[in-house]
Amino acid sequence: MRLATATGIEIEPLGENLLLLRFGTGIDRATNARVHAAAAWLREVEMPGLLDLIPTYATLALHYDATFWAGRDGEPSWRHLAGTLQAVLATPPREATAAGRVIDVPVCYGGEHGIDLAAVATHAALTIEEVVARHSGGDYQVAMLGFAPGFPYLLGLDPALRMPRHAQPRLRVAAGSVAIGGAQTGIYPAELPGGWQLIGRTPLRLFDPARAEPSLLLPGDRVRFRAIDAAEFVRLEQAPA
Amino acid sequence: MSLNVLKPGLLTMLQDRGRFGLGALGIGCAGPMDATAHRLANALVGNDEDAPALEITLVGPRLRFDADTTIALTGAPFDATLDGHAAPMWQPLAIAAGSVLDCGRAQRGARMSLALAGGLRCRRVLGSCASDLNAGLGSALAQGDTLLFVARRTPAPRAVRWSLDPRPWFDADPERPLRLIRGHHHAALDAASQAALYRARFRVAADSNRVGFRLDGARLALAQPLEPVSEPVARGTLQLPPGGQPIALMAEHPVTGGYPRIGQIAGIDLDRLAQRRPGDALRFVEIDLDEAQTRYLAREHELARLQAAIAARLP
Repeated sequence: MRLATATGIEIEPLGENLLLLRFGTGIDRATNARVHAAAAWLREVEMPGLLDLIPTYATLALHYDATFWAGRDGEPSWRHLAGTLQAVLATPPREATAAGRVIDVPVCYGGEHGIDLAAVATHAALTIEEVVARHSGGDYQVAMLGFAPGFPYLLGLDPALRMPRHAQPRLRVAAGSVAIGGAQTGIYPAELPGGWQLIGRTPLRLFDPARAEPSLLLPGDRVRFRAIDAAEFVRLEQAPA
Repeated sequence: MSLNVLKPGLLTMLQDRGRFGLGALGIGCAGPMDATAHRLANALVGNDEDAPALEITLVGPRLRFDADTTIALTGAPFDATLDGHAAPMWQPLAIAAGSVLDCGRAQRGARMSLALAGGLRCRRVLGSCASDLNAGLGSALAQGDTLLFVARRTPAPRAVRWSLDPRPWFDADPERPLRLIRGHHHAALDAASQAALYRARFRVAADSNRVGFRLDGARLALAQPLEPVSEPVARGTLQLPPGGQPIALMAEHPVTGGYPRIGQIAGIDLDRLAQRRPGDALRFVEIDLDEAQTRYLAREHELARLQAAIAARLP
């Protein structure tokens, strides 16, 4: 059960309270930019009965109150909301032109902080130094946060560094671990189970529910990794936030 | 005024309706597994339906109250006792200062809600009292904990002579199928698995929890391997990891998921699923979303009417 808008966005319900707007099916900057533009537009429109907007790589989820959107003559809420969205999204929202925030993320690559770095180098047929140079030289953008609070999925990984996940996920990955999972790179915000290849670790605290802004990174932010040594890792880890 | 936790029970935690509006940060809603039990417990003590209440799992806590108050118990039937006498459920229950409530064990089903007039005080994290252990927000009750509540301003109600009929709102019968909407990737299942999804008898696996229920039984397979891009998921989403054992996402599910979505359990049946125990049987019957949503709204309407009727009977 899917509908489409005039601008080619697929509208698909997921249960009684979630509507997915799908802008594509891949992991690419152009599709993700359309997702964020639509999210910004819908926030601006302030649609009533909307509980949350959740952007992902290619899909924007609208969490809505089905009671609020109950249609006339027994029309199901999702069809009523989808019809309204078809009108709202008939003109494609303008994509953000202003440069987003740029966040500097120091990373101690390899060693105990990145136990899969050597394996990634072997897989890529590169030296460890080349992997670090390519990973820390990239221009990344936060496509979405998910999996766990504050976990950023970053666009912009050098294709040479792609590597499949571990077949058997580890039960514990340290908070701050910088990792590669397929074509994606990301940072574990807390100690979590995980199957990605661990190449380094940042001393920054990515998520803290007590902070006014609990997540260090927000969807759309740009990220630059900066290689640091173990001594600086310790120094930054002990520095007050 | 406070409530002392003499024994915490197996898994007792504060919940409000949930933590909304933070999905973009990867923060899910959490909230009670049996949302209807939570809302009706609050209604029975005159609270807003969103007020913090306790979710009690399988083995209940023992609690001492240091002030007069009114509570209500809803959801799965537990053999709860108040100062040694059976504590009735689904009605307002007056508590005298010094009383001890022993919640006992679930006789059927898995989860009971305990609401307290005026609501339990809690420290809000990111705008909500909902415990989300998977996300590291909030925690389960521990022995010796003290929960604060607001003292009752109105006089204690006389013993009420009425209680709600739990039947429309509580159902843990494992033989009754759950209604399942076809998921985005249903057509990607191989033919045998498409049929098995609605014919097989599954069991709730032992390692099921508030994040999700893993289903033992028929292994399902895709016609072709598929690795979809991570997309938002919902409570009730039925995912299929590569092992072929479906997972039904529950209250503490992550906001996004990258496994194929083969189904979506109808909202009207999520409370029923929440009351299944590990080992319980589970079957699905197909429903389409239009009907599921129509029934969902009808149920919300009935619930709102009941809440209003309860409010009219309270002092």
